[in-house]
Formats: sequence, C-alpha cells, structure tokens
Amino acid sequence: MRRFTSFNLVALVFGLAFLYLPILILIIYSFNASRIVTVWGGFSTRWYVELMHNESILDAAWVTLRVGLLSASVATVLGTLAALALVRGGRFWGRTLFSGMVFAPLVMPEVITGLSLLLLFVAINFDRGFWTVTIAHITFSMCFVAVVVQSRLLSFDRSLEEAALDLGATPVKTFFAVTLPLIAPAVIAGWMLAFSLSLDDLVIASFTTGPGATTLPMKIYSQVRRGVTPEINAVCTILVALVTLGVLTASILGKARSPARTP
Amino acid sequence: MAKMLGPVRRAFQPWNDPSQPPFIEFRNVTKRFGDFTAVDNQSITVYEREFYALLGPSGCGKTTLLRMLAGFEEPSEGEIFLDGRPLTGVPPHKRPVNMMFQSYALFPHMNVADNIAFGLKQEGMAKADIAVRVEEMLRLVKLQDFARRKPAQLSGGQQQRVALARALAKRPKVLLLDEPLGALDKKLREETQFELTDLQESLGLTFLIVTHDQEEAMTMADRIAVMDHGRVIQVATPAVIYEAPASRYIADFVGDVNIFEGRIAHLENGGLTMTTAAGFTVEVAEMPQGVARPQAGETIWFAIRPEKMVISHERPPNATTNVIEGEVWDIGYLGDVSIYNIKLDSGDVVRATRLNASREVERPLTWEDRVFLSWRPDAGTVLVR
Ligand SMILES: Nc1ncnc2c1ncn2[C@@H]1O[C@H](COP(=O)(O)OP(=O)(O)OP(=O)(O)O)[C@@H](O)[C@H]1O
Ligand SMILES: [Mg+2]
Repeated sequence: MRRFTSFNLVALVFGLAFLYLPILILIIYSFNASRIVTVWGGFSTRWYVELMHNESILDAAWVTLRVGLLSASVATVLGTLAALALVRGGRFWGRTLFSGMVFAPLVMPEVITGLSLLLLFVAINFDRGFWTVTIAHITFSMCFVAVVVQSRLLSFDRSLEEAALDLGATPVKTFFAVTLPLIAPAVIAGWMLAFSLSLDDLVIASFTTGPGATTLPMKIYSQVRRGVTPEINAVCTILVALVTLGVLTASILGKARSPARTP
Repeated sequence: MAKMLGPVRRAFQPWNDPSQPPFIEFRNVTKRFGDFTAVDNQSITVYEREFYALLGPSGCGKTTLLRMLAGFEEPSEGEIFLDGRPLTGVPPHKRPVNMMFQSYALFPHMNVADNIAFGLKQEGMAKADIAVRVEEMLRLVKLQDFARRKPAQLSGGQQQRVALARALAKRPKVLLLDEPLGALDKKLREETQFELTDLQESLGLTFLIVTHDQEEAMTMADRIAVMDHGRVIQVATPAVIYEAPASRYIADFVGDVNIFEGRIAHLENGGLTMTTAAGFTVEVAEMPQGVARPQAGETIWFAIRPEKMVISHERPPNATTNVIEGEVWDIGYLGDVSIYNIKLDSGDVVRATRLNASREVERPLTWEDRVFLSWRPDAGTVLVR
C-alpha cells in the first residue's frame, strides 16, 4: 500500500466536492417542506409520498429502468465483442475502417445520432416506442463499452491465454476461465457506464421515442419547463440512490472475488 | 551437481542409433517476423526420453523454437513432426506438449493450487486425483505452505516454481521449459535441477529446455544444441561440447577458454605443430575437425581450458613445446579452485586454474611471480573457425 499523502487528500476532497456538491444540494432540497424550491421550509418527506401517487412519473421511471437494464446489457456484450475483434483480430481487412466506425459515435453530436436513428426507424417503418429507444441506446453506449474494454485488453498479457490453451483449455474455455475474469472490471465498468448513459439520455430518447415510452429525463425536462418542483428533486434523489447502489454493488462484487476459492 | 550416470543413462544414446525414430523433428524450419529471420532453415531431432537443451545468447531464437512446437507460432517454412505426425495446423490445446513460459504466465486470479490444477481440470481428471497430483507438485517445488496464495503474493523464485509445477502437473509427452530456473538461488536451483532430471527419467518424459546458463545445460541435458542468430551451430553431448567445441564461438560460450591464433608449422602422424602469434610452439595430438586436409601455413586457432594447464615456478624439464612463460597478474580465490591470470611477455593474458588441494592460506603462487604454464599434447583442441 502506498502512503496516503496530504496532497492526495486535498485532491480527493476537491474532486469529490466538485462532483458531488450539486447532487448533495439537490438531495437536501428534496426533503424541503416548502413548495418553493429555493427556500428551506423544514424537513419533510411529503414530496416522496406525493411522488408515489404520481402515476406518470412512476411510469416514466419504469420505462427508463427497463431501457437502461436492457440496453446496458446488450451494449456490454456487443461492445466487448467489438473490443475483442479490434484488439485480437490482427490485421483483418477493413480493420482501420471498423475501429473508426466503432468510435465515431463517441464524438458524434447526439442530435445527429438521434436524428439518423429516427430516420432509419421511419424508413423501415418501425413503430416507435420502448424498443426503438432501447435500440438507440444500445447503439451509442456500445461504443463506450468498447473503448473501456479495449483499453483493458491492450494491457492484457496474451501469454496468460496461451498458457491456458497450452494446458488444454479450448479457446472458448480459455475466454471464460482466463480472459473474462481478468477483464471483468472493465466489462462491469462498461456496463455501469452504459447504464448511466442510458439513464440520463434526453436527446436521443426524445428523437426515437413514441407514445407510451416517455423516459424519466424526458418527463423531468418537460416538467421543469413548467417550473422546478420539489417533486422533481425527489425523483432525482431516488435516481442518485439507485445509481449509487449499483456502483457499490459492482465494487463489492469485484472485491468479493479476491478470497481464495477451494479447488 | 553431477547428473546421475546410472547404467541406463550410460547406454542412452538414441542419436547414435539409426533405427531410432526421432520423437520431435523440426524439418527445415524457418520463422520470419516481417523481414527479420528468427529461425533460419533449421532441422532438429530430439528423441523420446531425451533431455535436450537449447543454449544460446539472448535473442538467438530459442523461445521462438519452443513456441512453434507449442503451436503459438506457425513456421514460415518447413514442418514440425511429433512422434511421426506433422503438427501443422494442430491448435495449441490439442498438442500433447506443455510449456513453462519464460514470463511464468501464472493466472493472477487463481491461487497456486488452482493454477497447478488448471491443466488437470481440462483433461477431466477426477477431483480426488487432482488434489493428490497438486499436492505432489507442491511438494516437488517446495511450496506446500503456499497453496492458497495468489501469484502476486509470491516472490519471483516462488512464482517460477509454480509455473514449473503447473507445466509438469499434466505429465505431458513433451515438456518445454523456457528458462525454468533462472530466478532461483544456487542451492534451490541445483536441488530443482536434480529433481527435474529425476522426474524426467522416472516418468520417461521428453524435455526441451531453454537456457542461457551453460552450467545448467551441462548438468542436466543429454545433448546440447548451441544456437546463434537463429541457427543451431553444434549439437552434441555436454562433454563433447566442452572438450571438442566446433568453433571458437562455442568454445568461448561454453565455459572459460584461452584461444591463441597461429599457423600450422607442420603435420605429423595424426597431429600437428603450430606456431602462435604470441610466439610459442604448440604440439597437438589431433587434427582439426571440419577441414578435409589441413595445409601447412594455414591459419588455425588453439583452444585450451584453464584447468588443463599446469602452473609451476620452474620450467618443466626438456620442454620446448606446449609451455609458456609469464607473470602472475591476478588471482581469484573461489574456494575449491583459484584462478590465475598470467600475463605473457607478448602482453596476452592467459587464464589457468588450480585446484586448492590443501588448506594453505599462504599462497605458494603470488602476484608478480614468474611462472610457467604447460600442458599435454591432448589437453587442447585446434579449431579452424
Ligand atoms: N512476435 C515477434 N515479432 C517480431 N520479432 C520477434 C517476435 N518474437 C521474437 N522476435 C525476435 O526474434 C528473435 C528471437 O527471439 P526469441 O524470443 O526466440 O529469443 P530467445 O533466444 O528466446 O532470447 P532470450 O534468451 O532473451 O529469451 C529476437 O530477436 C526477437 O526480437
Ligand atoms: Mg527466450
């Protein structure tokens, strides 16, 4: 273990404050008894209770959650495969083109991604709704997964896989017994990233959604345009809690694999 | 530690038996990386139960040869045969060959026992048998107390031993060892060398070991292939490599040697006399190898090992050839032997060793003594390359 210097401590405090202060304020105001968002009127959970009765927000939350889980999972599988192909495929034909195409959406303006997907869905006459949003989210979050997993694969010691093959493991077995456990942190991180991207996406979802598939960010946005309500703060607080729970679970899962397994 | 030369070992010379089929055969194998040739049109044969060492400087293509046999690289040209069958196109996991990697390649997410058990699990061995084998391997490499540790919690030498145990656990027909003992201390290395040869003999395995430690190759191997720049330049038993090296390069690479350049003065009944550039005359009992008919006047080299020269204060009586005179320049005390660097009047420095047969602390030979070095006509060899 390296020593924890005071410089590290200062950096940590500033970094955390920068990241989390706005969220902290949001959370505090979600427990505000007053209806006026910016005036503290005492502690209360009334907005949470009201939220529970707000069907439209609950619906939107449910849509968002399903879209997030599904799109993150599919994007993780596809992104990992893409990363493997890019790092391991050697010099296959069109490799440069492929890698450029995988990473282009990272820098593509969301409006363009959203618009082009919309045009596609219209062109093939795909009914817009839950599935179109999910597919759109898979499309753009897959690239992020690919980038995260690829960087891990680049530093991966190939001789570990060779050793597994040498000891008689089939390539498939080698992937699941050696490669995957070792790149798991990157794969999990990729999933978390894809999930949170999906959770807070507004632009692409707006383009590709249809009736009955309003996501939470879209709902919040449309409400905020009519004025910020403490209810919205409450929704956001719940979102933050969910994401935090997810991250903690992932990191605990990651740590839990350290103790020795018995053969 | 000397190799146990039992009666079976003494008779073990399959390379001299034309009816013996080779077990591993590299047939005109070339391996190129881009326009760099790592292995250059080499044919190598290894026999069943042989302990074969590849010896050579860094980058000469030793690992590349092993990797081609294990299936991680395909030869650019030529073919490799194992037990008579061509290996071309056979994927690594289907080759009855296990390799111990130079970089160890231990699975970091598995503990020592799981690492060793990995190969056994792949062949579907029963759990109870795996446990027994793992235990046996741990004992062999003296890591019984470390079974539950992760590789990152081990020292370099311990990791190396785990890698060795993992490669050995499956008892493959052919075991490829890439610098298996480099990270071990001398005592542990010698013990492991001994146990490896023991295991190899008792299980009847074929070992191909890569090393750049010539002493290790000498102690363990039945035959040594000396490599340089992607070529095998001599294959022979350790004794032949040491006593009759094929070239100055090999003589110099394997052990200490003094080499003198000279010209053939005349040839006589099977031997020759040469005059060296340093100004003395050498009488050699044998002809140089590798030339059909040496001519008088031809440039050749005389090579003699330090332990084959006798150091004395007086000129050996009646000696006119095979004797040189000089001054003690430097002394190295190694315990069992002492090394003397003798500076000749020509300026050349010659190395001679002497067994410390008695416990004298006051050296009878000391700095700046005038001494004579002499040797018998069969003590050195003449080399044409
Ligand atoms: N994948 C590769 N691509 C390009 N060159 C390579 C590759 N693998 C090996 N080489 C080159 O081939 C030559 C032989 O390499 P090899 O690893 O066989 O050496 P070695 O004899 O095992 O050396 P050492 O004792 O240092 O391990 C080296 O010059 C190396 O740079
Ligand atoms: Mg090597």
